[in-house]
Amino acid sequence: MTNATVEFRHVSKQYGPQGAVVDLSLLVPAGDICVLVGPSGCGKTTSLKMVNRLVEPSSGQVLIDGVDIMSVEVTALRRRIGYVIQQIGLFPHQTVADNIATVPRLLGWPAHKTRARVEELLELIGLDPARVRHRYPSQLSGGERQRVGVARAMAAEPPVMLMDEPFGAVDPIVRERLQNEFLRLHRTLGTTVLFVTHDIDEAIKMGTRVAVMQQGGHLAQYAPPTQLLLYPANDFVARFVGTDRGLKRLSLLTVADVKVEPCIVARVGEPARIAWTRALEAGTNYVLLLDRADRPQGWMRVEQLTSDDPLTADNVDASSPLVTFETTLRDALSMLLASAVQTAVVIDERGRYAAVLTLDTLGVAFRSDEATTNAERTAREAERVL
Amino acid sequence: MREGEPLILWDWTFNHIPDIWHRVLEHMELTGIAVGIGLVLAFAMSLIIRQIPALYSPVTWLAGVLYAIPSLALFALLIPFTGLSIATAEIGLVSYTLLILVRNIVTGLRSVPPDVREAAVGMGYSQWQLLWRIELPLALVVIIAGIRVAVVSTVGLVTVTALIGQGGLGALINQGIQQFFATPLVIGAVLSIALAVVLDGALVIVQRQVTPWARRTA
Repeated sequence: MTNATVEFRHVSKQYGPQGAVVDLSLLVPAGDICVLVGPSGCGKTTSLKMVNRLVEPSSGQVLIDGVDIMSVEVTALRRRIGYVIQQIGLFPHQTVADNIATVPRLLGWPAHKTRARVEELLELIGLDPARVRHRYPSQLSGGERQRVGVARAMAAEPPVMLMDEPFGAVDPIVRERLQNEFLRLHRTLGTTVLFVTHDIDEAIKMGTRVAVMQQGGHLAQYAPPTQLLLYPANDFVARFVGTDRGLKRLSLLTVADVKVEPCIVARVGEPARIAWTRALEAGTNYVLLLDRADRPQGWMRVEQLTSDDPLTADNVDASSPLVTFETTLRDALSMLLASAVQTAVVIDERGRYAAVLTLDTLGVAFRSDEATTNAERTAREAERVL
Repeated sequence: MREGEPLILWDWTFNHIPDIWHRVLEHMELTGIAVGIGLVLAFAMSLIIRQIPALYSPVTWLAGVLYAIPSLALFALLIPFTGLSIATAEIGLVSYTLLILVRNIVTGLRSVPPDVREAAVGMGYSQWQLLWRIELPLALVVIIAGIRVAVVSTVGLVTVTALIGQGGLGALINQGIQQFFATPLVIGAVLSIALAVVLDGALVIVQRQVTPWARRTA
C-alpha cells in the first residue's frame, strides 16, 4: 500500500459549549511524521482520534489521500490506519504473535501470509521470534510491549499510522531507544505518521513537521522543527519551545548542514619549510599535520616549521576535537567549548581529514536560516514533486 | 432415627449402589439443566445490559428479590401453575442462579481494561468482534467464578426439589427422614456435598485450561 496524505479541513469538535478543537486546517504530506504537540487540553488527542473516527468532528472534513473519511465504512477505515496508544492496549489473552496478527486476520489474509508477516515484524522490531512468539504480553518488559504495540499497528502495512504518546509510559532511556528505532523504521517504511506528545523535545526529534496546539483547540503554528525554533509564530509557541530553543535547534543540525572550510595542511615526511611557505602565503599561524593516510595528527605553529627536516608527528603542538559529518552541531559546540583549540577537524568515515569547523562557522550557521536539516530538504523536494 | 442404629448400614448401602448412582445422575442432570438454562438467560440479559447499562440496577434488583424467596415457598407458589413437574423444580433452580450469573458476566465484560477496548475498536473490530474475541475471553475468569458459585449452590438446592418429587440425592434424604432411617439420609447428604466439591474442582481445572494467560501471569 502506498502512503497517503492526511488533511484536516476546517475541522472543529465541540464537547458541550466549549471547543475541544477549533477550525483546524493542516495538510500532512505523504511519508511525513507530523507531531501534534501542546499542553493538556489543547485538543491534540481529539484531533488524532478524528482521523480514525474514534471521535467524529462537529464540523469540517478529514481527508485521507483526498477521500473524505466519512464516506468510508468505519471498520474498513480503521483497518487501514495503524493505531498505537500510550497504554499500548495489547490483548492480554493473546500471545505476541496473535496480537500482531490482529489486523491481517480482520482483513482475512491467508494464514501463511499472516504468519510470515508476524515473523518479519518481530525481526524488524528487534525481538527474537523464537523467544517471544508464544509469550503473553504480561511476560514482556515495558519496552518489549511497546515494540509489539508498534509492530501490531504496522502489521497490515497501513498507509497512515496514528500514535498517541506511544513512548510516554517507558523510562527515559528506553524511550530514547524506542524513538531512535522508530525513526530508523520510518526511514525504511516511509509511512505517514501522526504523532501526539506533550513533550516538545520529543516533537522536535520525531517530527518532520510539528503542529503546536494551544489551549482551547487552536493551532498556533505548523512548521518544520527548525523553523519552529527559529521563528516561533507567537509568544505561546516561543514559551512552549523554551528559552533554550537555540540549543535545541543545534541538536537538529549536523556538521553536514553547515559550510565547513579547508585549512592549511602539512604532511608527515614533508620538509617543514615547504609547509611554512604555504602557511605564510595563506596568512595563517597554524597548520594541521596529517599522517601519510591523511589522518589528522594535530596542529603546529608556523614558528615550529623553520627547519629543513622532514616533519614528524612528534612535534605537534595541540590536538583538536574530531567530528564527523553526522555529528550534531550541539555536540560539536560542546566539544569546541571544552577543547583548548577552538577548531574541530572534520573527518570522513575512514578517519581522513576533510575540513575544519570553527566556532565562527557555527555562529554563522546558527544565525542563518539557510541551514536546514536533511529531513526538511527531503520534505521540500517532496512538495515540489506534489 | 431408631436408637442404637449406626449412621450407616453398609449392607444396605452395597445393596443399593445402582439406586444411589441413579440418584447421583439425576442430581447432576437437574443441576446441569438449571445452570445451563440460567447461563443462557443470564448471558442474554447481560448482553442487553451491555447495550443499555441503565438496566443493570433494576435487573439485579429483580434477580435479588427472586434469590431471596425461600425455595420451599417458591416451589409451593409454582405448583398451582406447573404442578409437581420438573418445570416447577427448574424454574425455581434457574431463578436462583440468575443473580450470581448476571452479576459476574456483567462485571467480567466491564472489567476489560479501557486501553484494550480502545485499541481493539481503533484497529477496526466491530461491536460483535469486540464482544466475542476480546470481552468474553477476558471475562472468562470472572464468569467461570460465577458458574462455580451457581453450581455449588444449585447442587445444594436440588436436594430440596425432591420434596416436589423430582428425585436426585434429596430423594435419599427424604427417604431417610420418612423412614426414620439414617443410612440414606447420611449418604444423600454426604454425596451432595461431595458432588458440589467435585464439580467445583472440575470447573477450576476448566478455568485454568481456557484462560492460560491468567495462569501464567500469576
